[in-house]
Amino acid sequence: MSAQPVPPVPSSAVPQNAVAAAPERNVVDQAPKGEVVLKITDLCVRFPSDEGPVNAVQDLTYEARLGRTLAIVGESGSGKSVSSMAVLGLHNPKRSSITGSILLDGTEIVGADEATLRKLRSNTAAMIFQDPLSALHPFYKVGNQIAEAYLAHNSVSKDVARKRAVEMLELVGIPNPQRRAKQFPHEFSGGMRQRAMIALGLVNNPKLLIADEPTTALDVTVQAQILDLVKSLQREFGSAVILITHDLGVVAEVSDDILVMYAGRAVERGLAKDVLARPQHPYTHALLQSLPSASEDSDQLQTIKGTPPSLVNLPSGCSFHPRCTARDRVPGDACATVLPDLRVSSPGRQIRCHLANPEQVLAQEGAS
Amino acid sequence: MLIYIARRAIMAVSVILVVLVATFLLFFAGPADPAQSMCGETRCTTQRLEDIRRSLGTDRPVAIQFKEYFQGLLVGRDIYVSGSPKHCEAPCLGFSFRTGVEVKDALATRFPNTAMLALMSMVIFLSVGVSTGVLAARRRGSGLDRGIVGFSQVFGSIPSYITGLLFALNFTVLYPLLPRYANRSDGIAGWIAGLVAPAIILGLFYATGYVRYARASMVDTLNQDYVRTARSKGISEQTVVYKHGLRAALSPVVTILGLDMAGLLSGTLITEQIFGVDGIGRFAIESLRNDDLPIIMGTVLIGCVLVVIMNLIVDIAYSFLDPRVRLS
Repeated sequence: MSAQPVPPVPSSAVPQNAVAAAPERNVVDQAPKGEVVLKITDLCVRFPSDEGPVNAVQDLTYEARLGRTLAIVGESGSGKSVSSMAVLGLHNPKRSSITGSILLDGTEIVGADEATLRKLRSNTAAMIFQDPLSALHPFYKVGNQIAEAYLAHNSVSKDVARKRAVEMLELVGIPNPQRRAKQFPHEFSGGMRQRAMIALGLVNNPKLLIADEPTTALDVTVQAQILDLVKSLQREFGSAVILITHDLGVVAEVSDDILVMYAGRAVERGLAKDVLARPQHPYTHALLQSLPSASEDSDQLQTIKGTPPSLVNLPSGCSFHPRCTARDRVPGDACATVLPDLRVSSPGRQIRCHLANPEQVLAQEGAS
Repeated sequence: MLIYIARRAIMAVSVILVVLVATFLLFFAGPADPAQSMCGETRCTTQRLEDIRRSLGTDRPVAIQFKEYFQGLLVGRDIYVSGSPKHCEAPCLGFSFRTGVEVKDALATRFPNTAMLALMSMVIFLSVGVSTGVLAARRRGSGLDRGIVGFSQVFGSIPSYITGLLFALNFTVLYPLLPRYANRSDGIAGWIAGLVAPAIILGLFYATGYVRYARASMVDTLNQDYVRTARSKGISEQTVVYKHGLRAALSPVVTILGLDMAGLLSGTLITEQIFGVDGIGRFAIESLRNDDLPIIMGTVLIGCVLVVIMNLIVDIAYSFLDPRVRLS
């Protein structure tokens, strides 16, 4: 892909870092290449609760392709983590109800038995969790924790698995990996711990790597290093990466595609660069507006008014309508009564919104 | 590590000292007069009472008595028992006011009975309690879970003297399925067999607590991120639950185990009484009834030392269980 000629990028509203991060990709390239590793169709995840079923994820459809990074963006409780945990079958079937289809490398995950899931976990799809301190077991040596995942899928001796763990630690840039492998997670710094977590995720060379807010618990400087690491490893292994985040700065840096979620549903999908430059859904727009900017003179942070809705009692119609500023641009009260479909709004872009000409409306919003 | 143990030892000695002084003072502050109870009600003359007091040494100031007691602990001392001096080697716990037997020996013959009972019940409450607790935690919210928790609460809240008495009555007397307590000197096998009944009652009673500790700890651990990480590796559910879950869930249980064992090893008053086990607990009650200060002091000292030792063992065990704990 890097061999392709670099087309001129419309400089209008594209954030500088987004351009720098993905200069090789063509804006009009609407047919992403790479084999589909993960295909999620009409996924619904519900958890029973005392107040009624919690609709954590509804009608979610997306796919992840080898060699590409898909960012799933949304506030807490938007269903981004829940949906990705479902990919590994990590929800307790007794305490959740999952419908729809999750095809992971050709295997159906929804309703799959434990043995099937075990074979796929770490081997086909692996996950990196948000807080590496709590995600690594405090009682076991880092090297052994990595080796355990390797042993689960390869019939090798413990020694071979431990050597593999050391190799992985070296690969993710941990100095003195031989010694580090024999240490416990609490002896690692935060960034090192996340590197170890990545080593654990990649030890079986999975086709899909799901990174659930991998940089949230880290210092800003370390965040960049970790993102660079994920990117370079992805290039090396050619795997598909799903990056779950609420940080749009992170998305701009590393993702090819973006999926914005709100209250359990996808509200906007498209190429990351396009969506960030010209958001079409009022929620995406509001998220971008609320990014603090160093250049702006305002000492006031932009926020999205209101609070995320309860997943037990979702608002009627469009879930976002109570907080939506563009709501009065839609004739009638369609926003409050009719749930919009996820529709193709422009080539390579899908939004779940009643606005007929969202880009124009939002451009005016931003200017005002 | 050595410095840590040394510091703990110094603290332990001071704790023991404070408890000994307190016990001494409490004894004399109360209406206890060993001479009076030895003298009897009817033919007790003032002269006889004085003589008994003198021979016991309780006529002297409390401070001096304590000094001598403490001296005896450290270097040994001579004690007048019914007129003639007897040497008592360090650590000297004195002679029984009542029987004249050396306290050390009296405790030494009874301690194995209590210790064996404690160990046997520990095997029961740990295996039954932890495994049931883990089972409840894995099926959290199910009918089985509620049944286990409910039963453990009901059983645990019935005083052990009721369940113990009923059990003893039913299974060693009415339907003698289990043998009654026999002395160790009559054969080890019979001795152990006789301890089965009290160990079951004690074990089940304590197990009710361990079911709940283990369940709570396990529920908490199974919700930890590292258990989710373990599950995402593709290892078996057994490995996830036991290697990753139970290992971490055991730490808090070990703390309680240490204290419980200290309590059990220093004697179970009621169970020993009901099942006729000649242990430290029953001995302590007897000595209290007889105002037998040296024996009371002896049992208190044992209890104290056991609590301190058990806490030390727990702390050391902790550093092996949890690598984040460094003893320094």
